[in-house]
Amino acid sequence: MSTSKKFVGHKGVGQKVTGVALVAKDNFSARYDLDRGTGIFSRPAHKLFGQSYVGKVLVLDLSKGGVATAWMLREMVSREMAPAALLLNSANPIMAQGAAFADLPLVDRFETDITQAIETGSLVTVDPANGTVTVE
Amino acid sequence: MKLSDHESSMLAGEEGPARQFAMQQIVRVGEFYDASDCVEISQVHLMADPEATGEEGIAFLEQLAELPDKQRHVRVPTVTDPRGVDFKAYSKLRQSKDQVDLEKRLSAAFEKLDIMLTNTCINYQTIMPPVLGEHVAFGDTGSSIYANSVQGARTNFEGGPSALAAALTGRTPRYGFHLDDHRRGKALFEFSFQARDLSDWGAMGALVGQQMSSYWDVPVIQGIDKTPGSDELKQFGAALASYGSTPLFHMIGVTPEAPDLKSVFDTQPPDPTGFNKSDLNTFLKSYWPDDAQLDVVVFAAPQLSLMELKSLADLLRGREIHSDVALLAATSPEIKSAADRMGVTKSIEDSGGLLLEGVCFYQMYAREIGEANKWRRLMSNSAKLVNILGGYGYEPMLTSMKNCVESAIAGKIVGGPAS
Repeated sequence: MSTSKKFVGHKGVGQKVTGVALVAKDNFSARYDLDRGTGIFSRPAHKLFGQSYVGKVLVLDLSKGGVATAWMLREMVSREMAPAALLLNSANPIMAQGAAFADLPLVDRFETDITQAIETGSLVTVDPANGTVTVE
Repeated sequence: MKLSDHESSMLAGEEGPARQFAMQQIVRVGEFYDASDCVEISQVHLMADPEATGEEGIAFLEQLAELPDKQRHVRVPTVTDPRGVDFKAYSKLRQSKDQVDLEKRLSAAFEKLDIMLTNTCINYQTIMPPVLGEHVAFGDTGSSIYANSVQGARTNFEGGPSALAAALTGRTPRYGFHLDDHRRGKALFEFSFQARDLSDWGAMGALVGQQMSSYWDVPVIQGIDKTPGSDELKQFGAALASYGSTPLFHMIGVTPEAPDLKSVFDTQPPDPTGFNKSDLNTFLKSYWPDDAQLDVVVFAAPQLSLMELKSLADLLRGREIHSDVALLAATSPEIKSAADRMGVTKSIEDSGGLLLEGVCFYQMYAREIGEANKWRRLMSNSAKLVNILGGYGYEPMLTSMKNCVESAIAGKIVGGPAS
């Protein structure tokens, strides 16, 4: 019997991917929060300050801040310094536009608070075409 | 998502790969937000500084720039947000040759796409202010919130790739703030104090922005006794959008869609959240350091209007900025030209300040120029700038333009965060 849990959000963008979750009840902006050179959260007030996001399924609350993220995600993907996927309670258009441009998996608008539903370290599979996330 | 025959042909690649990319971007984003179809837009404001685009984004734009004219030229008037380098001043800021080269490549690609290099985030004040009900694609949070709220135009935050898609096709997905339903008030805020200066307007925008729970929240503001001017609403909106990721506010009796509460709420308005003087002081004090060390004073984010520059020039005239502190101000090329002509630039630069054109501090490699110049403690009258630079290795603080100038002259922090 499978013990996996499945969460359903809105149809997203990007390809299906599996990775390890990094979770916080905090917001996300690539320009405001990250040192994109070293791949860590650099904003002292951020709950993930000092942690590496590279290759992780990043699970956060809202996308906030400026418009630069729309360009930055593709650049991060091209240097292999991007998260594997983004799961948000609510993505603003900048995040959607950036993920679409980068072909970075993004799903949002879940039936539950996704930052409470998934724990850091869990192995999760993100399926944007169906808007689902499965926790192993 | 319903597409017209023309849109479908662009998506199929019949008008070349640039317009095909554009329609693919439009459809991906449109489907993410359940857009029914596209809406035609009249003008585009494109944000694409080299720090944001990176080498990857520049290479992408250069590919488009190699296409034949007919395939690569934008289809509606398209203007640019600030650049990453002021070619006349980069050496004074210790910007690197690599940064300058990337900016040159980016600017050359834009020219080939027939994009106008206005290099300004205050296009709504200085280039072509949109009007009530006009659909546009604006790509800077500050220009979007001003166009939506103060001018009653209709835009989402159109980040670079989507603004470019709008420019290449003349349309954008019909979702979000293009639709009446999303423009209704969601929360009500009441101020029981009045702003003293522009930095207070920014702080008020920040207080509201901190309460926003998503892009879709539309704050409604009441309790403003005196009608604010364009620069005041510019600071308020820029801070609200920066702290709150929100592209629209209504200010009762001030902004065009909000003559009264019943115009913006379908039912009984919610109970207002109040902000008093003590909330303002707490906010300002949260950034204020314990000692008086000061490295740099910056006036930017948004770029300064001619009126703001005149105020700065008047404060600085005949005085000398302390050698331990740098003072920078940023404006658009058009306003810089006016400031040059009117002696405003001379007054600022004779005192030891530097007036930059076509750039904005946080969009010009703020982290790298901070490290190159050993700038850490930064003072500004822009709440937006203070919000952003916390993530860039600075210790920023917010105070009035007058306090900023007095501190720059004293070579250390003078005055206090609150009155």
